[in-house]
Amino acid sequence: MELTLSIAIGVLTGSGVWLLLRPRTYQVIIGLSLLSYAVNLFIFSMGRLRVGAAPVLGAEGALEAGYTDPVPQALVLTAIVIGFATTALFLVVLLAARGLTGSDHVDGRESR
Amino acid sequence: MGLSPLLLILALPFMAGLVAVMLRSDSRTVATWLAGSTTLACLVLTIILYPSVRDGGSVRHRIEWIPSLGLDFTLRMDGFAWIFALLVSGIGFLVVIYTRYYISPEDPVRRFYLFFLAFMGSMLGVVLSGNLILLVVFWELTSIFSFLLIGYWHQNPAARDGARMALTVTAMGGLALLGGVLLIGHIVGSYDLDVVLRSGEAIRAHELYVPTLLLILLGAFTKSAQFPFHFWLPNAMAAPTPVSAYLHSATMVKVGVFLMARLWPVLSGTPEWFTIVGLAGMASLVLGAYLAMFQQDLKGLLAYSTISHLGLITLLLSLGSPLGLVAAIFHMLNHATFKASLFMAAGIIDHETGTRDLRRLSGLFRYMPITGTLATVASAAMAGVPLLNGFLSKEMFFAEAVATHADSWVDRVAPYAAVLGSALAVTYSMRLIHSIFLGAPPESFPREPHEPPFWMRFPVMFLVIACLVVGIVPGLTIGPFLHVAVSSVLGAETPEYSLALWHGFTVPLAMSFVALIGGALLYLVAGNYLEHADRPWLIGRIDGYRIFERVMVAISWRGARLIEEIAGTRRLQPQLRLLVAAAIAAAAVPLFLSGLGFGQIAAGTTDFAFAGLWAVGMACAVAAAHQAKFHRLAALVLLGGTGLVTCVTFVWLSAPDLAATQLVVEIVTTVLILLGLRWLPKRSQDLAEPSGMLARLRRWRDLSLSVVAGLGMSAVAYAIMTRTPPESIADFFVEKAYSEGGGRNVVNVILVDFRGFDTLGEITVLGIVAVTVFALLRRFRPAPDSIELPEQQLIQRSFDEAEPDRKPGATEADYLFVPSVIMQWMFPVTIVLAAYLLLRGHDAPGGGFAAGVAMAAGFILQYMAAGTIWIESRLRILPVVWIGGGLLLAALTGLASLLLGDAFLTSYFRYADLPFVGKVPLASAAMFDLGVFTLVVGATVLMLIAIAHQSIRRPRAARIEERQ
Repeated sequence: MELTLSIAIGVLTGSGVWLLLRPRTYQVIIGLSLLSYAVNLFIFSMGRLRVGAAPVLGAEGALEAGYTDPVPQALVLTAIVIGFATTALFLVVLLAARGLTGSDHVDGRESR
Repeated sequence: MGLSPLLLILALPFMAGLVAVMLRSDSRTVATWLAGSTTLACLVLTIILYPSVRDGGSVRHRIEWIPSLGLDFTLRMDGFAWIFALLVSGIGFLVVIYTRYYISPEDPVRRFYLFFLAFMGSMLGVVLSGNLILLVVFWELTSIFSFLLIGYWHQNPAARDGARMALTVTAMGGLALLGGVLLIGHIVGSYDLDVVLRSGEAIRAHELYVPTLLLILLGAFTKSAQFPFHFWLPNAMAAPTPVSAYLHSATMVKVGVFLMARLWPVLSGTPEWFTIVGLAGMASLVLGAYLAMFQQDLKGLLAYSTISHLGLITLLLSLGSPLGLVAAIFHMLNHATFKASLFMAAGIIDHETGTRDLRRLSGLFRYMPITGTLATVASAAMAGVPLLNGFLSKEMFFAEAVATHADSWVDRVAPYAAVLGSALAVTYSMRLIHSIFLGAPPESFPREPHEPPFWMRFPVMFLVIACLVVGIVPGLTIGPFLHVAVSSVLGAETPEYSLALWHGFTVPLAMSFVALIGGALLYLVAGNYLEHADRPWLIGRIDGYRIFERVMVAISWRGARLIEEIAGTRRLQPQLRLLVAAAIAAAAVPLFLSGLGFGQIAAGTTDFAFAGLWAVGMACAVAAAHQAKFHRLAALVLLGGTGLVTCVTFVWLSAPDLAATQLVVEIVTTVLILLGLRWLPKRSQDLAEPSGMLARLRRWRDLSLSVVAGLGMSAVAYAIMTRTPPESIADFFVEKAYSEGGGRNVVNVILVDFRGFDTLGEITVLGIVAVTVFALLRRFRPAPDSIELPEQQLIQRSFDEAEPDRKPGATEADYLFVPSVIMQWMFPVTIVLAAYLLLRGHDAPGGGFAAGVAMAAGFILQYMAAGTIWIESRLRILPVVWIGGGLLLAALTGLASLLLGDAFLTSYFRYADLPFVGKVPLASAAMFDLGVFTLVVGATVLMLIAIAHQSIRRPRAARIEERQ
């Protein structure tokens, strides 16, 4: 399970970085989304992987037998929502840049 | 806390400055009354505090600021601080009276008084700080307000240059001072002035003593315009004269020597102190006096003379003897009185004649006899003529210069330098009086001069009388106050000294006479030459100002250009490539240094279902990367695939909150990008793209970068996941979640309670981003080729037009009819789901974020189902109001606990029975979560519909043709 997830994180990162370095704005936005999945999973995995141990307490706050680390989860939760907001902002910027420059190249003009 | 007089002295000027800004622009008189009463109040408060400092005591006021960093807002007034506070507020008061007549009605008086009062507040802050960091903060503030005041007439380029130079030099010194203070804090373990003053032995013995001393002296020398940093002061003379009188002679430039005297018991007495401080002081004393002789600008002469007198004080401080300190403090006071009065007199002359050029001024005595007399007396004090205060401190200076303090050549040269400096002072004082007031009046002045109004002359008169009185009966006037100041610095070491006019025939008296006669003779011989000299004899070509300009140009212009040429690019891709490479390198370095070992736990367990799931997820990611260029929709769908796999992973690995949030965010992200696709250019596979060897090389380089990045992340992730986790704060949160946070969903309790302040920050960011998106789209101009309706709509419309029995737009309305009916019916269900997620959030997976995004998804579904116009004519959608309301609600929940006497965002909870709903946790955190929910709904809806609205606007295409 750990091996699978770490390979997955690597593949997501690789695809994201590849797209990040491409010349088209749309490629960059997809790349950033992939990269944010990878980062979110990475931070989440810092709390170690456990099956069936959600950090939710039983009735009257009794401690269950096991639970995962809630701190990375809290971090990732807001990161997901903020990630959406930055995606929206970037999308709007790229649309405006495309309108103003007529090109969807990241530099606003086609390279040589 | 309470309102202590110390706090009041400090706060009054700042508050009055704020009031001054709000006055009418032509309210010169009101502003004067305001500033006058403020300075007078500070003066009176200072005087009232005298009994508490008289017997060696001190007044203090402490407010905790950042106690964990040893940073307290400590105010502390002892005798030395008291006498400086008296100086600052007293001369401040006189300068305010003077300014009333000096500033012309056309000048923006509000700005002047704001800066002036704020400067005075900062100055009092420096003097009264009981914490060294606080002192540095106020120190830098005085630099900034000095900059603003020098540049007051900013239409004048000399004022701008002078201001910039003063700020560059003094702020650089301030930075050095901060470094020095941090070192002191490191050595002593505290920034508290009292503790530092008790730790002199430890500091002097510490191996970091020399760097500390150098940094602190850098701060003091730049501020007090000591050689080799003296050049900014003459250039600061472009300031209005009241500013020169106040900042650049009486108060701000004294801060440097103030600090040296303040830390004198701690830092002085070592050979390093003696050599560095002594040399700087001696050089400033002689050089300043020498250059002052050659100035043709009246204020320039006074500026160089100020450098010289500050050099004298510095030299006195360098000697390390208690008597030297007495003389230094005495001379600080004396210099402030005669130099401030001289500056004000210079301002009067400038004001009355329209010029400050010594070559053009002459014979003014017959026009303004009173001002002339006052200026002559003040100049005599500056020259050290008996019966005036300058004479007394100069006598003490001579006595100290003669006495042996250390076996070094600096000490042996000191008496000669002292006599030489004093003689030159006599020469330039004589030149000042002779060329302005005596001689034949010229044919014409720019203006016909006459005596100024009484109240403009009054401050000069007051200060000159002070010079006289102190000079004649020092023991009765300044004596007790000087003793209080000196003993507060020296404590038990306070030496016996006598303030008297006549000590008998002594060596210092002989030196005084040598200086007076020598200076007078020099003026008789060289006076005519000085009157016509263009630049100082011998060293005229070495100009600090020019050197400074050269260095500035080299650094800020040539150097910057060079670096930009070498390392700059306007293209994004190389920048990102560098960024990625730097990130990889930053991660690789520690791995190489300490190695990467894999842990042991759970390495064997492999769940094949999980592996299969991620096989799909990874395939989606790679395919999305491959398709993003030509098949945008496909790439978006594939991205969604990866997102869903991520979401399932969260469910699988015990993170139900994340899964819920990820799922709804996935929906709105897809909708968002779908909305944006419409405005992107068409791209076909046969479009010409750069190809060839270079392009292929670049692609291989990018590919290898991404492979390395991916491999690295895999390795690091695996290494961490297979290790036993260290002790974390998780246990604390899990234990306290129910007992203190009142919730069973620990993640949610962390978000809305334990780390509520962070969440407040995050939702603020979210709101700001949403409003930014909205603002950017208000002026959205799509590219010309995206203006046309989408192809599908064109086909539908032409179909309607071709069929005679169809109404235009009928096909469009029927488009996706069944799904849209279902979507409309689902709206209440979505609302219930969102409410459910919100209400259970504290105890079970859910919460404000997930609920808010779900609610927003409900809204956007309605937009998709029925169209923007239909939905907005039926529902009131006010996302901006929701954003504001949500933020306000969250913040007010936090503030409510403040009202109840607890820290910001402390939560309260209990369970309540609601009819039909059952037992519901009612924590104040739930109100906070409601705020989060409202804001998230508002922000998400605002972003989505702002893009959606572009389709129904009639957008104007950007005019690209004109641009190119």
